[in-house]
Amino acid sequence: MFVHYAQLGLLSLRRNPLLTALMIMSIAFGVAASMVTYAVFRAVSGDPIPQKSAHLFAPQVDNWGPQYNRKGEPASAMTYTDAMALMHAHKAKRQTVLFQVLMSVMPTQGSGLPFKSAGYATYGDFFSMFDVPFQYGQGWNAQDDDNRAAVAVISRDLNQKLFGGANSVGREIELEEQTYRIVGVTEHWDPKPRFFDMFNGNAYTDASEVYIPFTHAIDLKMDTGGNNSCSGVGNRGVGWDGWIRGECVWISPWVELDSKADADEYLQFLHAYAQEQQRAGRFSWAPNVRLRDVNAWLEFQHAVPPESRLSLTVALGFFVICLVNTIGLLLAKFMRRAPEIGIRRALGASRADIYRQFLAEAGMVGLAGGVLGLFLTGLGMAGAGMVFEPQIARLAHLDMSLVALTLLVAIGATVLAAFYPTWRAAQVQPAWQLKSN
Amino acid sequence: MLKMTHLSKVYRTEVVETYALRDFNIDVKEGEFVAVTGPSGSGKTTFLTIAGLLETFTGGEYHLDGVEVSHLNDNARSKIRNEKIGFIFQAFNLIPDLNVFDNVEVPLRYRGMKSAERKKRIMESLERVGLASRAKHYPAELSGGQQQRVAIARALAGSPRLLLADEPTGNLDTQMARSVLELLEEIHREGATIVMVTHDPELAARAQRNVHVIDGQVVDLAEDPRFHAHVAQVAEATHGR
Repeated sequence: MFVHYAQLGLLSLRRNPLLTALMIMSIAFGVAASMVTYAVFRAVSGDPIPQKSAHLFAPQVDNWGPQYNRKGEPASAMTYTDAMALMHAHKAKRQTVLFQVLMSVMPTQGSGLPFKSAGYATYGDFFSMFDVPFQYGQGWNAQDDDNRAAVAVISRDLNQKLFGGANSVGREIELEEQTYRIVGVTEHWDPKPRFFDMFNGNAYTDASEVYIPFTHAIDLKMDTGGNNSCSGVGNRGVGWDGWIRGECVWISPWVELDSKADADEYLQFLHAYAQEQQRAGRFSWAPNVRLRDVNAWLEFQHAVPPESRLSLTVALGFFVICLVNTIGLLLAKFMRRAPEIGIRRALGASRADIYRQFLAEAGMVGLAGGVLGLFLTGLGMAGAGMVFEPQIARLAHLDMSLVALTLLVAIGATVLAAFYPTWRAAQVQPAWQLKSN
Repeated sequence: MLKMTHLSKVYRTEVVETYALRDFNIDVKEGEFVAVTGPSGSGKTTFLTIAGLLETFTGGEYHLDGVEVSHLNDNARSKIRNEKIGFIFQAFNLIPDLNVFDNVEVPLRYRGMKSAERKKRIMESLERVGLASRAKHYPAELSGGQQQRVAIARALAGSPRLLLADEPTGNLDTQMARSVLELLEEIHREGATIVMVTHDPELAARAQRNVHVIDGQVVDLAEDPRFHAHVAQVAEATHGR
């Protein structure tokens, strides 16, 4: 019977073509606006590493004190002193610290010019902590960290650019006039937002292309290619050695902990460390530390741009207005057919049958609106850059899940909107309709 | 087959109560062909819509095929309409967007009948009314008489035990009216119970029994002065022309 009702619904689309077109457009525009903004919102608000987000933590230690910190919160990055203390304590299952590096890369073939590549100086645990997938080889090990080895991991894209995509493990690469031995080539890996480097505002920038050992970068006195925040603190240090011993923050630390008990224990460790710094006279305030998992960290860092949330709210409001409009149009369409309803009731249709028929018909209108909405969503994706930052707009994709969601929302919302008009249709008194004929 | 006892139907507004039927009594036996006559506004059509379970009543009792229907819910009333009653209306009441075949199919769909069985019944009904060749035509492509024949085919397709007809020839010319009436008589001869509301005395005369309704009540014509007044009124009007 549902197929029959769907056929009647299709037949009805051809009846009152103007009214039908208005309804379909109303739904299509409403659903398209919602889906475009939702696609952007989904891209920026998703969990970038769902399989591990509850086990990865960003530790924070307040080295600026109540006078310079922001609303009582410790800085979003660490000093070299604190970062090294955490690494040497080795209290977590895995731990790493990282800072952004911008390095010139010397092409390996031909006479190409050097080009800049962005990446990170980090520890070997980085790759296993963040489940970095490898095309060739693997990350370096703890021994390489300790030995301050000149090794590198490069991205698939960089490998393509330098070696034509061949297995380059064991080959050499020249970065900032230093030679590194390649130990691994990652698959395309670009978690969004890039939770581990929120401090540098890199949540939505291009994927990083190169990774080198933190210890080696320090040996080379490599400057950070990212932010260096000193707030109002006095001890900024002079020269390289002074800087890394100063109170400016520029290093992002991460630890991996298996359980809540481990996290509690690590928080105690941070507290004890801050207490020790207080006793040593470095901090003149009570310990102020934090330990946030990935999702709490993204929330704290306001990873979802405010315009994304706002535009989604506005688009949903627009969709509601479109649906209210659709309710009116459906009501007009259904009540025009009061005589038909009277006939059907006389011939044995129950109110439930009328509900089924008219809701199925609304479903067909919703389906048509959804199909047109898909087309408009595609157009909207292309034009999302006019509303959002280009780096955010390009994250929105019309994938299969969004196609299904668009159709589902269009059909579901139209059927929901049709309940009142259908209820009115089911209340038609057949006797009155047949008498008035 | 159809028995109404002390049945009443009242339309209420804030200021006035209007009795469409008052102390209405009728008993139609199975297989009867009854004509219900009466002047305009006498309550004939209200009787027919209540008889067809298209409208509820205010008081009294109504037994249809032995079942007291006043307490039935919408589903049960719809099922009885679908399985036991066939309607023929003055205005044909075909669905304009559906072709003849699909119009006749409507009540069978609500019965949940299988496709093959539906098709068989539809074609049999259409053949019976002489319109099998017009199965793919739309109502607008047919004459009034043909449309009424389709309506009769639709009523017959479900093999109803009771056929309710409201001025079935009211919108037809004499020739078409005669052929529709002959069709109804044929259906009656095959055993169907028919209750027909009509203004037309010639039509009423073809029924087995006439029931006259005046002011919402069934009256005995011989004893009711209102009938004689009505006859005089009609005669005067006829002479006046």
